[in-house]
Amino acid sequence: MSGFDRSLLDDADETVRVRFTVNGRKVACEVAPRETLVDCLRNALELTGTHAGCEMGACGACLVQLDGQAVHACLMFAVQADGARIDTIEGLTESGVIADLQAEFHRRNALQCGFCTPGMLVNAHELLSQVTRPSRKDIRDALSGNYCRCTGYEAIVDAIDAVAKARSESGGVT
Amino acid sequence: MSAPLTSLDRPNSYIGRSVPRPNAKRLLAGRGRYVSDLRLPRMLYAAFLRSPHAHAKIISIDAGRASALEGVHLVATGADLAKICSPWTGTLDHFKGMISAPQLPLPLDRVVWAGQAVVAVVAESRAIAEDALELIEIDYEDLPIVADIDSAREGGGPLINPGSANNVCFRSQLDNGSVDDAFAHAAHVVEEELSFGRHTAVTLEPRAIVSDYDPSAEMLTVHHATQTPYQFQDLYSRHFGIPEARVRVIATDIGGSFGMKLHVYHEDMAVVGLSILLGRPVKYVADRIESFVSDIHARDHRVRARMALDAKGEILAMDVLDLTAIGAFSTYPRTSVVEGNQVIRLIGAPYRFKNYHATLEVLFQNKVQTSQYRAVGHPIACAVTERLVDMAAAKLGLDPFAIRAQNVIADDAYPQTSPTGYRFEALSHQACLKRLHEMMDYDGLRAEQAELRKGGIYRGIGIAAFVEITNPSPAFYGVGGARISSQDGAIISLTPSGEVRCLISVTEQGQGTEAIISQIVADQLGLAQEHVKVITGDTEVTPHGGATWACRGAGIGGETALQATRALRRNILEIAALILQEQQSALDIIDGEVVDAGTRNQRMPISEIARIAYFRSDTLPPGTQAQLTVSHHFAPQGYPFAFTNGIQGCSLEVDVETGFIKMLKHFIVEDCGRVINPMLVDEQLRGGIVQGLGAALFEECRYSETGQLVNGSLADYLVPMPMEMPDIVIAHVETPTADTELGAKGCGEAGTAAASACVLNAVNDALTPFDATINSIPITPTKILKALKRF
Repeated sequence: MSGFDRSLLDDADETVRVRFTVNGRKVACEVAPRETLVDCLRNALELTGTHAGCEMGACGACLVQLDGQAVHACLMFAVQADGARIDTIEGLTESGVIADLQAEFHRRNALQCGFCTPGMLVNAHELLSQVTRPSRKDIRDALSGNYCRCTGYEAIVDAIDAVAKARSESGGVT
Repeated sequence: MSAPLTSLDRPNSYIGRSVPRPNAKRLLAGRGRYVSDLRLPRMLYAAFLRSPHAHAKIISIDAGRASALEGVHLVATGADLAKICSPWTGTLDHFKGMISAPQLPLPLDRVVWAGQAVVAVVAESRAIAEDALELIEIDYEDLPIVADIDSAREGGGPLINPGSANNVCFRSQLDNGSVDDAFAHAAHVVEEELSFGRHTAVTLEPRAIVSDYDPSAEMLTVHHATQTPYQFQDLYSRHFGIPEARVRVIATDIGGSFGMKLHVYHEDMAVVGLSILLGRPVKYVADRIESFVSDIHARDHRVRARMALDAKGEILAMDVLDLTAIGAFSTYPRTSVVEGNQVIRLIGAPYRFKNYHATLEVLFQNKVQTSQYRAVGHPIACAVTERLVDMAAAKLGLDPFAIRAQNVIADDAYPQTSPTGYRFEALSHQACLKRLHEMMDYDGLRAEQAELRKGGIYRGIGIAAFVEITNPSPAFYGVGGARISSQDGAIISLTPSGEVRCLISVTEQGQGTEAIISQIVADQLGLAQEHVKVITGDTEVTPHGGATWACRGAGIGGETALQATRALRRNILEIAALILQEQQSALDIIDGEVVDAGTRNQRMPISEIARIAYFRSDTLPPGTQAQLTVSHHFAPQGYPFAFTNGIQGCSLEVDVETGFIKMLKHFIVEDCGRVINPMLVDEQLRGGIVQGLGAALFEECRYSETGQLVNGSLADYLVPMPMEMPDIVIAHVETPTADTELGAKGCGEAGTAAASACVLNAVNDALTPFDATINSIPITPTKILKALKRF
């Protein structure tokens, strides 16, 4: 470690001002270039519903919507999201767009500890916005990047399946 | 064998109803309050420099540059923390002859596994703390490594603990009946050696702790993501010399635990010490690689076992040698030998035979500790037993169902004592076997299997019977000297507005503790569940108890709540009787109203009783003191454990070209006694099965010869994901325990207990035409191809 360059630390500390629209509200944050989006959301913006599970894009706990698409907030630096529209579990809850998914997850107990749940919901929301009536296999495939240690997945698949059915019977995506 | 009807079976009872968990809505809205979310004023962040060596002497530590970095508040070594924290030793008295070296938060002069925390840095952010770690220089001198079971046993090989004669932590033997004689006269003997890889809990939220020491109040508050807050209150008090009443442990929402979060971790003790040294809150959340190298691992057993049978297929005897390597220390305070102990005691548990011999040898090695994780010992005991039963069936030309039907302890033959010394109150193997046979459409599956084999498609069908240990009494840890409670406590109050608050010592990790406790309270008091608030997980608020481990929440916590509620109900009715000038026995409570017991005519709401008792006690007869808060404790008596049972089945397909296994369907028939909430029980079974399937097919902590964990990330350590997992069909048989009013036993480990045995049997069934066998878990594609001699 004798060759360690102190100036690297100074650079790492220097913050940059970034602007996002988070859950419909414009915000500005001072972030270090090395700070990931998930850390920025959780720390600076106190949106702790987005979770960090593996820090390498394998578990899906940190999924958020970025410009309408599900992305891993742990695989992105906050500075890369400058100017983006970001919707987290908190915003999706407030706007009511996933209310039917949340109700069905609740009714079927498609969660236990709840740590994976926000990411599951973001991914399920994305799936149902793309495919109106996914098969159970489609649902399992779509969730293949969402790790849940508690449930065994079946109730989650059941819940998404039921919402897809209800939405299509009520005349399409709400 | 359905349970006889009791007062718990009223038509409007909450017992036995699938009601959703009241507290789950917060989690669905992203409003969980996990310890990793917590931020306190003046809070600092800890990070740890870890050993790159599996075994080495620490020659020197130079932390000068780290201490000088802007934003760093403290750099602490083993010696700094040893001044304020007394060492701990992971042994229990009832494991005779067990040894383990004393442990400290950070080592003084020697590291014993790769990944062990060596130096702590506390800084204004985690990032700064990690920057500082880069500036610390440690000189190590390599020591010889003990990397596995074989090198641990080698005579004259390296020793993990200097001064000890060998690397044995614990040896134990069971000997019952006349085993040698039984084998000598047996018509058939089957024998196999089975190995079980290390795996780990991989909770989605890693370990998290915020320790907050306030020197002005001499008070330690620890926000700790744990199942067992009272255990940690006791340990922090004793090891840091702080009076118990000045230690508060708060366990809020926890992102998964499964037994992994009830052990003492070096980093957690260090963080408590760091907050004492600094007089400020200090937070530590393990990152994923840290979880892999420092969370307890589990299993890592190699079992040689044989079974003797008579000519008709009656099991006569079993003889077992279980070797397991646990790490360099035994884990504190529950030890690392419980798994092996349960392996040798659970082997053969479903079956009626008298001759049993077992040897357990628990060894040290230079890896992170193994210890209790969901279904401690069960998957190993079950896989060993059930594999031998299948091998015996094949040898005798019996069907797997037939040999089990012939040998399980009959449902009407209880109570029974197993040859390993376990006392079974009442189990239901016959009923479960019969139910599984129907539910699987076993004959249909066999016909389909035969048909598909003709076309080169190799399906396997496996079944595995199991016995699960639940509702542990003080015989589990208390007798060994551990201050781990087997009783639970509840404080239950009727509030002034007529609602009910229940503070209870069992804790919630998402399995639905708060839901079932509120069901029991609502049911027993006679009011709607939404008027019951359950509070858990805070040692300053909830009474002392064992909390949640070894499947005791429903059986012991539930009974505690039931008895507390009955006491409160009596007190409410006593006041109601005075107000209404009635006999207490003539009154009942239904849906929050005091009613005439006979006619059910409403007399007055319990809110009115609360109003009078709290605000107009002057209108009650002189001498009346209303007791609308009741505290009650319950410890299990009678049988030392409430054993449960069940059987699993599965159908899978083995691709003999690639070695890949596709799970098609999984089945379980399970008997956890009285079912309080069927939906939550089913979810426990499904979740448990999927953890067992992960172990069976994917999960293994893989180490290099130099003791380095080589797959410590979620990309390299494979866990079961949605697309690989099958749908799971569930049925119940209910045999309530007579030791409690509630009759509930545990169900959280039943799924994990037999899933890997079931898969092992199914894979071997699929490979029958090739004369290839698998005897190692996880069953990876490589192992399949090797067995097929195609790799």
